[in-house]
Amino acid sequence: MSQAASKPVPVPDEVSAPFFNGAREGRLMLQHCPSCNGWSFPVRERCPHCFAAGLQWRPASGRGTLYTFAIMHQVMNPGFAGAVPYNVSQIDLEEGVRMISNVVGVGNDALKIGMKLEAVFEDLDGNVSVPKFRPVAG
Amino acid sequence: MVNQPRGAIVGLGVTPMGKIYGRRSVDFAAEAIALALDDAGLTKADVDGLLINANIPQDMDPRTQMALGFENLTLINVMNGYGSTAGAMMQYACMAIREGLAKTVVLVYADAPLTPSRGAGASYSGPHRFPLGGMAGLKAHYGDFGANLGYAMAAQRHMHLYGTTEDHLGIIAVGQRKWAQMSPWAQMKAPMTMEDHHNSRWIAQPLRLFDCCLVSNGAVAVVVTSPERARDLKQQPVYVRGYGTCSPGDNLNTARHPAVETGAKRSGEIAFRMAGITLGDIGSCQLYDCYTYTVLVTLEDYGFCKKGEGGPFVADGKLGPGGSLPTNTGGGQLSGYYMWAFTPLSEAVVQARGQGGERQVPRNDHILVSGNGGILNFHSTLILSRHASS
Repeated sequence: MSQAASKPVPVPDEVSAPFFNGAREGRLMLQHCPSCNGWSFPVRERCPHCFAAGLQWRPASGRGTLYTFAIMHQVMNPGFAGAVPYNVSQIDLEEGVRMISNVVGVGNDALKIGMKLEAVFEDLDGNVSVPKFRPVAG
Repeated sequence: MVNQPRGAIVGLGVTPMGKIYGRRSVDFAAEAIALALDDAGLTKADVDGLLINANIPQDMDPRTQMALGFENLTLINVMNGYGSTAGAMMQYACMAIREGLAKTVVLVYADAPLTPSRGAGASYSGPHRFPLGGMAGLKAHYGDFGANLGYAMAAQRHMHLYGTTEDHLGIIAVGQRKWAQMSPWAQMKAPMTMEDHHNSRWIAQPLRLFDCCLVSNGAVAVVVTSPERARDLKQQPVYVRGYGTCSPGDNLNTARHPAVETGAKRSGEIAFRMAGITLGDIGSCQLYDCYTYTVLVTLEDYGFCKKGEGGPFVADGKLGPGGSLPTNTGGGQLSGYYMWAFTPLSEAVVQARGQGGERQVPRNDHILVSGNGGILNFHSTLILSRHASS
C-alpha cells in the first residue's frame, strides 16, 4: 500500500535491534527480568519492577486485550494524510506490559475495550517490520 | 509547623495572550515580570531569585537571567515537570525564602509557539518533534503524535468504565467559555452552547476541538516573598498555605490505571494536610485543563466526588458562573490562555485578592490550584488563601 509506505519507518538502533529483528521473524520480543520474572516495554537498562540489571530479550505471547484506544483525526505527519481517521490503541499483553500500537483488520467502529487481540507483523519496506494487533477470531 | 503560610504571592503580571507575533518568549517574559513587579510595588533591584518554567521549544534557559538584565541572583533555575511545574516552582521558591536563600523570587512562564503561517496544533507539536530512531520510531509509525491522543485514550477508558458522556465533557467547556467572557485576558469570547461543543470537529475521538486547550503566545510572572514582608507591600497578600506534588509512574505498566487515577489524589492529600483545611473550605478551583477530561478526573482524585462520578458531578453546571463550585473562572486553558500551570495560578491570585470584577467568586478564602503534566504523569497542588491562617 503506497499510503502505508509513506508513513514514517522506524530506524532500528543498537538497543532496539532485538525487537526489530524479532518482528522480521514474526515474533514479538520483549525484555524479561530473570530476577523477578517481570516484563517491560519499550526498552530499559534495568527492570522497572525490581531494578535488577541483566534484562533478557524473550519472545512474548503476542496475546492481549484492548485497554483503551482513540481515533486520530488530525494529520500531524504527511504520511498519515490518507490514513485518518486511524486508531492508536493501548494493548495489555498477557505478560503484564501495556503496548501502544494500531489495531488492524477491523473498522474503528468495531473497536471495543476488552476485546481479545493478537500480534501480526507488517513488513514496511522489505527491511523493517512492526507489530500490529488484530482481533482474535471467534 | 502546620497552618503557617509557606510564602506569599505579592505580584502578578499577565501579558496580552494569543496570536501576538514578532516577539520571542523572553520578550513576553520581560513584560510579564515588569508588570508583576509594578503590581507588587517592587523593582528589578529587589529581585534576588529567578525560577524559569521550561517550555516545549526550550527557549527559556538559564541565560534568560542575562537577557532580562538581572544581577547577583542567589537563586536561579529552570524547572520542568511539564504542566505541573508551577506548583513545584512555588514549593522551591517558598522553601528557599524560608531558608534565607532569597527574599524576592520571580517565577515566570513564557512561550511563543504561534506563527502567522501555521495552525495552533502544528505550531505546538508538529512532526519536527518526533524522532524515528529506535523504539521512538515505532510510535511515529503508529501515528502516536502529541498529547491529544494520550488524553483521548484516557477519556475513552473513563467513558468505558463509568459511562462518562460527551455531555459531561461538554458542560465543562461551555461553563469555562462563560467565565472567559468575563475575563479581560481570555482569548476565546464567542458564546458556546452544548450544541456548538458537540458540533466542533474531532481532534482525537472522543475529544473534540472544544475539549482541547488553546495555544498561546504570552507570559505570566508572579513575585513571591515571605509572609512577613508581604504585609508591607502594595497588594493584598495571597498566602501559599499548602503544596504537594505526586508523579504516579509509568503509564505502560498494566498494574496501574493512569487514565483514571492521577497524582491529584496524593498531592492533594499532602497539600490539604499542610494547609490544615478540608475540601469544604475551598471556594473555587483553578484546575489544569489541557482537556475537559483533565478537569473531570482531577475533581474525582481530589475527592470532590467518588471515582467515576465526575461526569454526573459536573452535569448540573456547578463549575460555571453561578454554580456551587466555580472553577477555572478566567476561562482556563480551554478558553482563556495556555500558559501551562501559570494559567490556573494566575487566576487563583486574582480571585484570592478579590480582583475578579464581574467574575469574582463569592467565597474566595481558599483557592485550590492544580498542575498536570505529561499524559497525567506529573501533578502539583497549591492551596492559596487571602488569610495567613485559618
